[in-house]
Amino acid sequence: MSTVKLTVNGKAVSVDVEDRTLLVQLLRENLNLTGTHVGCDTSQCGACVVHIDGRAVKSCTVLAGQAAGANVTTIEGIAKGDELHPMQAAFRDNHGLQCGYCTPGMIMSAIDIVHRHGGQLDEQTVRHELEGNICRCTGYHNIVKSVLDAASRMKVAQAAE
Amino acid sequence: MGVEGIGASVVRKEDKRFITGKGRYVDDIKLQGMTYAHFIRSPHAHAKVKRIDSAAAMKMPGVVGILTGQQIVDDKVGNLICGWAITSKDGTPMKMGAWPAMAPETVRFVGQAVAVVIAETKNQAKDAAEAVVVDYEELPAVADIRSAIKPGAPQLHPEAPGNVIYDWALGDEAAVKDAFAKAANVVTLELTNNRLVPNAMEPRAAIAEYNDAEEHFTLYTTSQNPHVARLVLSAFYNIAPEHKLRVIAPDVGGGFGSKIYIYPEEMVALWASKKVRRPVKWTGDRSEAFLTDAHGRDHISKAEMAFDKDNKILGLRVKTHANLGAYMSLFSSSVPTYLYATLLSGQYVIPAIHAEVITVYTNTTPVDAYRGAGRPEASYLLERLMETAARQLKVDPAELRRKNFISQFPYQTPVIMAYDAGDFGASLDAAMKAIDYAGFAGRKEKAKKEGKLRGIGVSCYIEACGIAPSKAVGSLGAGVGLWESAEVRVNPVGTIEILTGSHSHGQGHETTFAQLIAERLGVPISQVAIVHGDTDKVQFGMGTYGSRSIAVGGTAIVKAMEKVEAKAKKIASHLLEASEGDIVIENGEFKVTGTDKSIALPMVALAAYTAHNLPDGMEPGLKETAFYDPTNFTFPAGAYVCELEVDPGTGKTSFVNFVAADDFGRLINPMIVEGQVHGGLAQGIGQALLEAAVYDDNGQPVTASFMDYTMPRADDLLSFKLSHTTTLCPGNPLGVKGCGEAGAIGASAAVINAITDAIGTNKLEMPATPDRVWHAIHAAA
Repeated sequence: MSTVKLTVNGKAVSVDVEDRTLLVQLLRENLNLTGTHVGCDTSQCGACVVHIDGRAVKSCTVLAGQAAGANVTTIEGIAKGDELHPMQAAFRDNHGLQCGYCTPGMIMSAIDIVHRHGGQLDEQTVRHELEGNICRCTGYHNIVKSVLDAASRMKVAQAAE
Repeated sequence: MGVEGIGASVVRKEDKRFITGKGRYVDDIKLQGMTYAHFIRSPHAHAKVKRIDSAAAMKMPGVVGILTGQQIVDDKVGNLICGWAITSKDGTPMKMGAWPAMAPETVRFVGQAVAVVIAETKNQAKDAAEAVVVDYEELPAVADIRSAIKPGAPQLHPEAPGNVIYDWALGDEAAVKDAFAKAANVVTLELTNNRLVPNAMEPRAAIAEYNDAEEHFTLYTTSQNPHVARLVLSAFYNIAPEHKLRVIAPDVGGGFGSKIYIYPEEMVALWASKKVRRPVKWTGDRSEAFLTDAHGRDHISKAEMAFDKDNKILGLRVKTHANLGAYMSLFSSSVPTYLYATLLSGQYVIPAIHAEVITVYTNTTPVDAYRGAGRPEASYLLERLMETAARQLKVDPAELRRKNFISQFPYQTPVIMAYDAGDFGASLDAAMKAIDYAGFAGRKEKAKKEGKLRGIGVSCYIEACGIAPSKAVGSLGAGVGLWESAEVRVNPVGTIEILTGSHSHGQGHETTFAQLIAERLGVPISQVAIVHGDTDKVQFGMGTYGSRSIAVGGTAIVKAMEKVEAKAKKIASHLLEASEGDIVIENGEFKVTGTDKSIALPMVALAAYTAHNLPDGMEPGLKETAFYDPTNFTFPAGAYVCELEVDPGTGKTSFVNFVAADDFGRLINPMIVEGQVHGGLAQGIGQALLEAAVYDDNGQPVTASFMDYTMPRADDLLSFKLSHTTTLCPGNPLGVKGCGEAGAIGASAAVINAITDAIGTNKLEMPATPDRVWHAIHAAA
């Protein structure tokens, strides 16, 4: 067992976990942050994507201990109170989700995609960048639409700041 | 239409919890004192279980119990059943082999459970499972249809000699023989419909809790049909009588058919929770999903079509072998028969049809309904046959189809189905226009100059949905009725709860069903709650599959609403001192026509519950229920056209365009409907280009993870062009047909027809990987 100290959604937490514990298990089982999902066991599906120090990471590929000292953001931590993150709002407005299971990972990946490309995105780039996130419901059509919509919303929001 | 009524693309009510991480799936639930189950599964495709030694494992930290297949048999938990009885053409019943929830003696596919470890934590259960020693005596295995039916093949079940489950036929064999005798041309095609793994993104999971004081079980499970689960667990598996078993299917992360069935893990969790007197949780991982979720498709077929000298179809003869895996899953027998052969008329006038279907056991995961279930197999066969025929007869494929379209409705096919409405020409016109079919030759020529092979492929599908009239399916062998139930509760303050037996696992029922209320009663959808997925709340239900939720479940809601409206009108007329016949409902108000007198719904509701001033003899309250049994299937249909390019150097396919023109009858929420089509198309395209469940000759699965089984990713697909042509369904008051499976049914043939058009050879099987396409090009050259 080890004690892992990290910051999750802005709050400092200290958790005692077995050394083999994955970050996704720490989030789901120890912190009850069940918005981060597990859809596979080979780090292919991306349902577990969170942000570690601002970068999108599959939380099933990271041992909890490796996240010690890190700043972790999950799907539960991106809205400002009742105000949805523009990516969340875009997924809702463009019907970018159906069963909702891949959605948290999609949204977390998509935010990172927009950040990395400075909002300069086209359909082909979004499709290529979403390679690590699998959705079985939407055929990606409306997910791509959501990400492109959010990219412009985030640009506008950034310009306003 | 109001802003939130029928036809409005309102954003979904359910989305907020999913986009904020507040969805509540089975694995998100924790109960006090919960233990964790880990199954010990066979690594062999066919073996005798000689001995299970769990002595060392029992001493491992945290182990609560280790239970085996022999114990579940000893406790008289029932074997898994197939709920649809099929009779072979010689009159004998289908040959169902015994399927215990955990194997006491013989395992017949890789992944079949032989024992389960229950421990305090998931890791402790896994660790202890490693320490359980199982001695197997390997037996020879068969993994595919051809090997299974060879003389001398290893036998799976003593009940099924030769591994044949049934040899069934439909249609008029003599009439087909006559049709072929007078044919000017005969077109023949042999093809395979590849085995698929459904892969809903949420792996299956179950939590069982036993209350010994009440002798009552609660099961949280990933189900498309919790009431059916309770019925089967009670009536056939002896878990508990129905009033002692509550089944809850909370948020469920996709189903696609794979979550219809009651699986061994749910039975074992329930049984074990009573054994260990603690709640038991099992969450499957993706590897277990590949091994144990019911697979889909897996047919090999030979089809022959007879044409007269004017290229009119005279007859169709089909012989199909279908692989049902190692055991008969819950509805497996109906998929390659009544959901397949009955659709072999497609959109065409075919005077004589005969289909023979032989199903076989193999040492592979059981096969059952997967999105479309039988109808994609029928559509793929027929639409590839039509394309083959057009090439052989040297006519335009779209025109050959058009020439043979059914244009008069109702139309009785020779294979049971009676199509009620449609306009197949309109869908084809819309699709051809959307893709600029007329301009294709020019585009092909241009692509050729750039070194690319360009192809175009048409697929005109029809499906039978709105499953299904109970009497009809009963006469065909179904063990259940397929009606749906609903309850409409108007609360004293005028808010409304709709309780439905349908189950939403991505389909957006919380929004679509609320729109039905908004349309009728003028109530904002924010004032309407949809309740589903809990046998203690909803009176009964047959669940969601077969594109039935709006046509059957939605109609049940309408029927209950009509009763509520009738009562509310009586109350309003009493309060307004007007004649009942003069009351009309407009925007949430009950008005007396021709006057300015009105009363709002909440006042009527309040009057119903205070009961201070009701018409004489009227019961208080404003809540009604309905059971709705459809009178026919519904028949969504449409035309898909795919245009793509093949790189002759690599065999790689690149999409240029994909258009879909569907006729789903009336659309309640077009945004949601289009989302359903997108997802279906992705699965159909996935089947055509990427996906295949592969076994080696010994029955070892070689595609049992997302690293080996190619799921469609965003960059494998394109943005689709959708349009709708509409003929209303005359069979239900909403005029709806259902939209959940269309994409998966129609897409595969359009893609393969486009590739074979591009490469100029018809010999190509799915998935059309670059390797296969490259070889097809070179084999033809």
